[in-house]
Amino acid sequence: MKSWLKDESQTRSTFIWRDLVCFYRVQMASSFARILSSKRKVGILSLVGAGSLTVGFFLNREQHVNAGAHVRRIYPASAEYPDLRKHNNCMASHLTPAVYAKLCDKTTPNGYTLDLAIQTGVDNPGHPFIKTVGMVAGDEESYEVFADIFNSVIKERHNGYDPCNMKHPTDLDSSKIRGGQFDVKYVLSSRVRTGRSIRGLSLPPACTRAERREVERVVIDALAGLKGDLAGKYYSLTLMNEQEQQQLIDDHFLFDKPVSPLLTCAGMARDWPDARGIWHNNEKTFLVWVNEEDHTRVISMEKGGNMKRVFERFCKGLQEVERLIQEKGWEFMWNEHLGYILTCPSNLGTGLRAGVHVTLPRLSKDPRFPKILDNLRLQKRGTGGVDTAAVGNTFDISNLDRLGQSEVQLVQTVIDGVNYLIECEKKLERGQDIKIPAPISQFK
Amino acid sequence: MPFGNTHNNFKLNYSVEDEFPDLTKHNNHMAKVLTKEMYAKLRDKQTPTGFTVDDVIQTGVDNPGHPFIMTVGCVAGDEESYEVFKDLLDPVISDRHGGYKATDKHKTDLNFENLKGGDDLDPNYVLSSRVRTGRSIKGYALPPHNSRGERRAVEKLSVEALNSLDGEFKGKYYPLKSMTDAEQEQLIADHFLFDKPVSPLLLGAGMARDWPDARGIWHNENKTFLVWVNEEDHLRVISMQKGGNMKEVFKRFCVGLQRIEEIFKKHNHGFMWNEHLGFILTCPSNLGTGLRGGVHVKLPKLSTHAKFEEILNRLRLQKRGTGGVDTASVGGVFDISNADRIGSSEVDQVQCVVDGVKLMVEMEKKLEKGESIDSMIPAQKAPPL
Repeated sequence: MKSWLKDESQTRSTFIWRDLVCFYRVQMASSFARILSSKRKVGILSLVGAGSLTVGFFLNREQHVNAGAHVRRIYPASAEYPDLRKHNNCMASHLTPAVYAKLCDKTTPNGYTLDLAIQTGVDNPGHPFIKTVGMVAGDEESYEVFADIFNSVIKERHNGYDPCNMKHPTDLDSSKIRGGQFDVKYVLSSRVRTGRSIRGLSLPPACTRAERREVERVVIDALAGLKGDLAGKYYSLTLMNEQEQQQLIDDHFLFDKPVSPLLTCAGMARDWPDARGIWHNNEKTFLVWVNEEDHTRVISMEKGGNMKRVFERFCKGLQEVERLIQEKGWEFMWNEHLGYILTCPSNLGTGLRAGVHVTLPRLSKDPRFPKILDNLRLQKRGTGGVDTAAVGNTFDISNLDRLGQSEVQLVQTVIDGVNYLIECEKKLERGQDIKIPAPISQFK
Repeated sequence: MPFGNTHNNFKLNYSVEDEFPDLTKHNNHMAKVLTKEMYAKLRDKQTPTGFTVDDVIQTGVDNPGHPFIMTVGCVAGDEESYEVFKDLLDPVISDRHGGYKATDKHKTDLNFENLKGGDDLDPNYVLSSRVRTGRSIKGYALPPHNSRGERRAVEKLSVEALNSLDGEFKGKYYPLKSMTDAEQEQLIADHFLFDKPVSPLLLGAGMARDWPDARGIWHNENKTFLVWVNEEDHLRVISMQKGGNMKEVFKRFCVGLQRIEEIFKKHNHGFMWNEHLGFILTCPSNLGTGLRGGVHVKLPKLSTHAKFEEILNRLRLQKRGTGGVDTASVGGVFDISNADRIGSSEVDQVQCVVDGVKLMVEMEKKLEKGESIDSMIPAQKAPPL
């Protein structure tokens, strides 16, 4: 017991100095990064009184930290460059030997490297028909330190959006939505999801067990402060009992340990199920996943076609949670070029997927269906979500875009688009012909 | 993960309490041994290549194990792991290898002439004989931790060494990433081809990274000597043939290994070895000789005998199905091999198999004639050391 306490106090002393070193590195490494959240500054200041004994320790540790900061390199970049000749993903398309050589010795302040970021893309060559992203961020600073590759990947994935000179609009004012109440003869359910990351903590590919546990603490602390129709309960994956588990499965809320190699190769399933869990409100219309593919995934959903109400609850819930974490000195990762920062570059910007389960028996068989969806900037998925097939004539229809348009704009796009699809279906019912709509512009 | 471990320094900002893994539901050797005090002591250390205690244990944290099967739950990232993390690995090794102590010395004996008999196992019962081991090339990090550059260097050196062999060892290398369809079919038909690992035990340790880069299979023209490059270890060396002539299989094994080792030594990259742990491999379960010598043998009657398990235990042998580890036997044919790896030499272990299998075949014959085998039940063989 005594020796453990001694170790603990030593660790705390080094915490101050290392955190200060970290603090300065964050400043130097990133012009986009915000100052460390106030909570951590308070933490540092309160421990400064530890005294001069730590100074000597600091000098030793400083050298140790600096030595670690340079990647151990025995082989030149050319010997380490991955073989991407059979690969079809965004990372492989843009990671030239020159870019690799430029970035391979860099690390983020938390120690995340390029090799870690691209591992998932190296290990998953991809499919000729489906182009995956092929890289992830380990922390907020990854997007800055490895900007030379991330920006190209972002540009390709987000249809030409250029993080260097474009700004991403954030708008969670649901009162701006027009319409959004669909005919329940066609629309079975409506859903909006996004993700949020807690600034100052590493992302799922890189987080330590302690960081992951801290994310869980911060988030469930905030969620416990929700009231009214948002009041709810947290179910930790490690502690849930069989009954709770069965109920969550029946509600289609429970998430499993990832099996997709895209995620496991990025290290996102480490230490499962430690610090993972599901929170939902009592009415089961607002749901938060903790520490699955992102720090949090936030979902608003209900049966039927009232997308307007779903989005209202979504915005209200998100804004409440943000207010609650800010009270404790935390904030979400966000910047004006990339919007909300999430693990996968495909989810930057709004991270928003707004969709419906809609039955379109006639339209879905029309050969013009894919082109209509495309022009409306919509995508179809099966009712099991990404990479599933449609069952019967029911499809999951949602927005294609994530970055460069605001939440309000994207949800409006979905509403207008689904209305158009339902009109087409009705026309076909009446034996009338349908038209392919003009393509809508991407960046408004 | 390769290239040092800057992330580990950052991790030290958090307390031991906050970082210590939740092992309450775990059943593996690492989980039984690792305490918070031990973790606190080891967490700020790294090997020269940057491997840390969290790297060592990640596979054990991610794979809680099974109530009936005790996995190891930790791996080495390089030769020095066994030294830097000895506080954790010595007790794990002791638990896994029947009480092998931190002060014990391991015997290496690859002199095939010391094997007695082994050329007269009845081929009506013994269908095939095989000896395998692993070798790690000194100076390179191991599969959980090596970078692409290192792995490619291991491949290059290994292929150079193997291609310089002649006589019965003359052969060819088939790299996984440029194999033709015809070559692939042939290797599958020969039961030589290895696949990308799917076991979460291996994936959790990072051994499938960059697949199939720098992985391949080398074998001699006679298809009796086979080397896997960069699968679970730097090298897995296999000598095998149909029938029961284990003596010949072991001779080829020893001669081949020694020839290969000579060539590596000339390049100043001998095999990883020390007098306490013997040959150093990725998984602590394969230390010592890393040797599994075995036969596929027909024992339909003996395998259903009430004392089968006890006989195997006393002979210090283990059974597996004919598909290898974690498979079931087909048609009364079992894979019978040595249970020990460390504390006894290669010759000792193969002798164990030869003597034990000979006895079991005789028991099978007795049972066929309807006679009892009670008088043949062997005494318990002493454990190594």
